[in-house]
Amino acid sequence: MSNRKKGKKIRRVSSIIYACLIYIFLYLPIVVVIVFSFNTSKLNLRFEGFTFEWYWKMFENKPLIDSFKNSIIVAVSSTFISVVVGTIASVGMYRYSFRGKGIIDSMLYIPIVIPEIILGISLLMLFTAFEITLGMLTLIIAHVSFSLPFVIVTVRSRMSGFDRSIEEAAMDLGASPIRTFTRITLPIIAPGVVAGAMLALTLSLDDVIVSFFTTGIKSKTFPIQIQGMVRTGVSPDVYALSTLLIVGTIIIMILVNVFDRIADKKMYGEEKSIDEERVPFV
Amino acid sequence: MAKENAIVEQDDDVIVKLVGIDKYYNDNRVVKNLSLDVKTGEFLTLLGPSGCGKTTTLRMIAGFEEVSSGKVFIEGKDSTDVEPYKRNVNTVFQSYALFPHMNVYDNIAFGLVEKKVKKAEIRERVTQMLALVQLSGFEKRMPAQMSGGQKQRVAIARALINNPKVLLLDEPLGALDLKLRKQMQVELKHLQRQLGITFIYVTHDQEEALTMSDRIAIMNEGVLEQIGEPWEVYERPCTKFVANFIGESNIIEASISELDGDKLTVIMEAGSATVHGEGFVYDEMVNISIRPEKVKYSAEPVDGFSLSGVVKEHIYVGSIIKTMVELPNSQIIVISRQPDETPPPVGENIWLYWTKGSAVVMHTKGDPLYNIIEEHSYLSDETM
Repeated sequence: MSNRKKGKKIRRVSSIIYACLIYIFLYLPIVVVIVFSFNTSKLNLRFEGFTFEWYWKMFENKPLIDSFKNSIIVAVSSTFISVVVGTIASVGMYRYSFRGKGIIDSMLYIPIVIPEIILGISLLMLFTAFEITLGMLTLIIAHVSFSLPFVIVTVRSRMSGFDRSIEEAAMDLGASPIRTFTRITLPIIAPGVVAGAMLALTLSLDDVIVSFFTTGIKSKTFPIQIQGMVRTGVSPDVYALSTLLIVGTIIIMILVNVFDRIADKKMYGEEKSIDEERVPFV
Repeated sequence: MAKENAIVEQDDDVIVKLVGIDKYYNDNRVVKNLSLDVKTGEFLTLLGPSGCGKTTTLRMIAGFEEVSSGKVFIEGKDSTDVEPYKRNVNTVFQSYALFPHMNVYDNIAFGLVEKKVKKAEIRERVTQMLALVQLSGFEKRMPAQMSGGQKQRVAIARALINNPKVLLLDEPLGALDLKLRKQMQVELKHLQRQLGITFIYVTHDQEEALTMSDRIAIMNEGVLEQIGEPWEVYERPCTKFVANFIGESNIIEASISELDGDKLTVIMEAGSATVHGEGFVYDEMVNISIRPEKVKYSAEPVDGFSLSGVVKEHIYVGSIIKTMVELPNSQIIVISRQPDETPPPVGENIWLYWTKGSAVVMHTKGDPLYNIIEEHSYLSDETM
């Protein structure tokens, strides 16, 4: 009996250690960046003292700030476009069945698995062929092209459990197709749409490869700028900006999570039918 | 066709009129030349096995399915091409189809909000509706927090609040357990009487149809087989399918050998019998349908009947005992008896007969089932 208890304890402790190791592996690099963003030394070899200096100094690094702005603009606009287009596409794919739907469906997944470098080169060739000057526009188009499938996949997974008769009920009660979409369909699939948007946003923010091929001189994004700086040495102001980005991402993630919880709780209840039998039918 | 467009239904008594409806899914003809008049204020049930086209018919009245050909008139107006959200009919769905992100109040108020009714009036009418379906105090409840029966009542309230001329119900009780279903049947029937709204109700449950309906329309393989009051379809089935689908029937093929007014003598493979019916001709092929509880037996031949069989077995089913009698042509005739009657011993030869008006004679010509058999010979093996 005591042997069994002992074994149980060992298993418990070892599983905690195992989990800790995973989290250390995942978060140590991020912690290092955050820690060194407060380092007084310009060299990131040793921690010499605590300072907020870099959080002010980074604003003087105009190329860095500009690239950050570019990243935000590209991320927000490509996310917006892919969410709108992707949501409409998902609803359409859900609603209508037609010949060759399966093929069209599986073709959506190819851009997801295709190596990014190939997508980058292809886009570059395309833009050159059509003589489109590389810049913000080409960046946004490129980012839409790789985030769109992700949005569609996320929204469609949300739609898979969707009961078509709910939409019919809305129309039956006098709602036009547009009203049905805004009042019924969209609110129900909203968590999927938000998840797709978050995915698109993060994919766009940290993309290096596709951006590298499709960016112009004046439209460098944050990751491209940092990649360029690696040769001359990354300064602590990059860490400071990165830290802000991490904090921003965490806040967005928490908000999405909270939103999702509230939406789900509202729709599916905390516990299923608390008083199933409370009101007898007379 | 142009002529039909001009038809405006003059009959105030008919609220929904279907004229020659056909519905194809690709090459599959699921509704075949269906014409049907629904009277104002009646409880009409579309009854049939799954896949018979009853739900499709309902959905064509609601406007969710387009008709392939034919016309749909609602309140005398040609509504064939009217969008569902512009039709003055409301639907209660089998899956309830409540809006999961809205509470009970918002679900019920939905139709009025879409019609831009004033908030104060919406509040008043929702409160009334909740009282009507006995869900007062449930305003803030989300659909996920309710039981099946409660959800069903919300769905009914949500449809009824719009004061529809016709309420369409697509197997609304299908997902409920037996006891609750029985309660809801009575409740729905009361509601319909109280409000005087026309109900078109779809079900595959013949008992449910008999309990609730003013009239029953029986469908099979996309064809309307018979429409009539519950007693009519039970007592006077027109086709072999109806006789079998509503309750239990013994069906015997026969031909008419003698006519004497409405008194007919029929020859069957296993013997002969006397039945009553009008509109038949000499030598016509007919089906005789006789309910198990109407078949009588005796040890001696009865005047006008020459039909005997061997008692094969007795089956106890609670309130009655079923006795299987095998005719010389090996067809089994089912007789049901009260358990207190002494049964004829197994193996004994008995003579079967029935009283006037017990058996129904049905033409085989014009019976959709026989036409189908002509079209598809693979069905001809089907018996009973």
